[in-house]
Amino acid sequence: MNTLKKITSNQMFIPLAALLLLIIFNLIMDPGFFKINLVQNSAGNYVFSGYLITILDMGSELAILAIGMTLVTAASGGQDISVGAVIAIGGSVILRVLCGTDPRPEVLKAPIIVAFLISCVVCMIFGAFNGALVAFFRIQPMVATLIMYTAGRSIAAWINNNTLPVISPAASETFAYFGGFIPGIPIPTPVFIAIICVIITMLILKFTNLGLYTQSVGINENSSRLNGLNPEFIKLMAFVLLGLCVAVAGLIKVSRISTINYSVIAKDIEMDAILAVALGGNALSGGKFNMIASILGAYVIQFLTTTLYKFKVSADALPAYKAVVVIFLVVMSAPIVRDYLEQLRKKMAASRKEAAES
Amino acid sequence: MKRRVIASMLAAMMAVALTACGGQAAAPAPAEPAPAPAAEEPKAEEPKAEEPAPAPAAEEKTEEAAPAADAGELIRVGIINNDPNESGYRTANDADMKKMFCEENGYEAQFAYSLKNDEQIAAAQNFIQDEVDYLLLSAADTAGWDSVLQDAQAAGVKVILFDRTIDAPEDLYEASIVSDMAKEGQTAVDWLASQGLDEYNVIHLQGVMGSAAQQGRSGALDEKVAAEDNWNIVNQQTAEWNAEKAQQIVQSVIDSGDKFNVIYAENDDMAKGAVAALDAAGISHGVDKDVIVMGFDCNKWALEELLAGNWNYDGQCNPFQASYIDEIIKNGTPAEKVIIMDEKGFDAKTITQEDVDTYGI
Repeated sequence: MNTLKKITSNQMFIPLAALLLLIIFNLIMDPGFFKINLVQNSAGNYVFSGYLITILDMGSELAILAIGMTLVTAASGGQDISVGAVIAIGGSVILRVLCGTDPRPEVLKAPIIVAFLISCVVCMIFGAFNGALVAFFRIQPMVATLIMYTAGRSIAAWINNNTLPVISPAASETFAYFGGFIPGIPIPTPVFIAIICVIITMLILKFTNLGLYTQSVGINENSSRLNGLNPEFIKLMAFVLLGLCVAVAGLIKVSRISTINYSVIAKDIEMDAILAVALGGNALSGGKFNMIASILGAYVIQFLTTTLYKFKVSADALPAYKAVVVIFLVVMSAPIVRDYLEQLRKKMAASRKEAAES
Repeated sequence: MKRRVIASMLAAMMAVALTACGGQAAAPAPAEPAPAPAAEEPKAEEPKAEEPAPAPAAEEKTEEAAPAADAGELIRVGIINNDPNESGYRTANDADMKKMFCEENGYEAQFAYSLKNDEQIAAAQNFIQDEVDYLLLSAADTAGWDSVLQDAQAAGVKVILFDRTIDAPEDLYEASIVSDMAKEGQTAVDWLASQGLDEYNVIHLQGVMGSAAQQGRSGALDEKVAAEDNWNIVNQQTAEWNAEKAQQIVQSVIDSGDKFNVIYAENDDMAKGAVAALDAAGISHGVDKDVIVMGFDCNKWALEELLAGNWNYDGQCNPFQASYIDEIIKNGTPAEKVIIMDEKGFDAKTITQEDVDTYGI
């Protein structure tokens, strides 16, 4: 009983259980799901291919976003729903810098790293905008980010003057590497980008007080202020860091297809990112968080998405399935339900004790 | 101090956001000083307009006929379109409309954009209250337009549909300038049939379900697959015009090991996403290769892919309706209400650079 309680009360339990459930389901339905092949891609390089690789590959952006979303959730007790729109902005900035005013450039107008850094700055500014509304004006995070959610894609289109730039392989072969493969390396590049982001995050959380400060602000703003923290600054910083994550995800997104479509790029990804945080067992009302659980949650969502694609569930029905998961998680984490379950458990323990005594 | 810095930063950001919105809103609304007061008054009555009340609307019309005439010879048009960011098609379409309906050509145009039917209907009610002469409409959805078009008729506003048809009696609008999506699909499927493959194993990437383009382009293929034994659908899913979703769907088929030799994508973006998945798996595509790639809409970059032999077919969806509309407004209602525009299908084997420059959007 005690060990069971220990396992189920661990935060990693929910995402791991969900992952296990999906794995078992796929094993039963079709063990071929787990097969990984080495194939030669169009560029003549040998690369791994298979559902598992697809999950790791496509889940990268989500994992990166989950990092920032976890911090925002923990610090502000709310979520940023503008990440998809800001990805459109970040991607648009990258293409604008690379292409200049010519939508189909022969050569790149700037090095990719410069474009990426500018995009990082822009996305962090937009993050700061959201963060300032939340931290200083005390607007509900979802309402504050609703502004960018609504305006973001139009801003993205405006940055490129409503044209749709395309970076052809003739202009730059390197640009497609970020969303594809680097020659000679059989694993998709987004996987490496995600791993690097995760490692950096872990190092920051380990060697700085960011995690502690974020959690204390999320748990009790006033007492953390009395302890010398600046809650506004912490909240602002969480949103700025999310902006950075968004810029990285934006780079991967535009690199995947070497172009952008403002109205559909990273559509509804904010829902998946929030779901990743929830699936990681983190309270959506802020406070304590577990970063690894969130990241795992992101891959679980991609696992679910890929599984549903495999079974040819139509793409427009996917959100409905995800909604079921969200409803379940949100209801389970609601204080009323938690209290009830706790009481139920105590009652059961008591009656068992009685039975044992008599 | 810190607060002040951040506050000023915030103000700057808001200014940026405003100009961003302004960049779209300001251009289409060349605020004519004369009609402005006239326009404001009905707007105050906006809530009333929510309930369809044709009678008071008609009264207003007679009362305020004089100021409207004073506004000058400009023909006032209210244009309701889908979001120009939606696709290259819509961007080209919107640019074409803005180019045609400007003051130099004798028009005073107001624009409203939405991908949602209810918002479009609300915009239409505003335009009717505003007493525009013509209401140009590209409806997000085919249903639900009857009552607002009746209001328009009662208020003497002439309605011209462009790009999309709606389910409403023909007498409610002057003309409808459309692409025949079913014909586009049929042209594409006929072309595919003429390729003479032994077996057609098709991955069918659909647009947003229920849209006219999706219905027309899916219809022809569905019919053919049902009729022929050697035509099979390997996977038929909606990728909602989205390249990333298309990439994932095709990737999923590749991972499953199912054999296919045709990608029938209902727009260019989805074809591009599909090709990204093919490239990653080393499946050759294009002219005389393993997989035939078909797209729609004739984006310039897509036609360039055709020219390079990476894709096989691209079906045109003509976005240039403005000149047709202009003709109707200036020359009167045509005898045939539904005007179908000329549309082509391009084969990678025969496409020329000239085609790319002329028809690319």
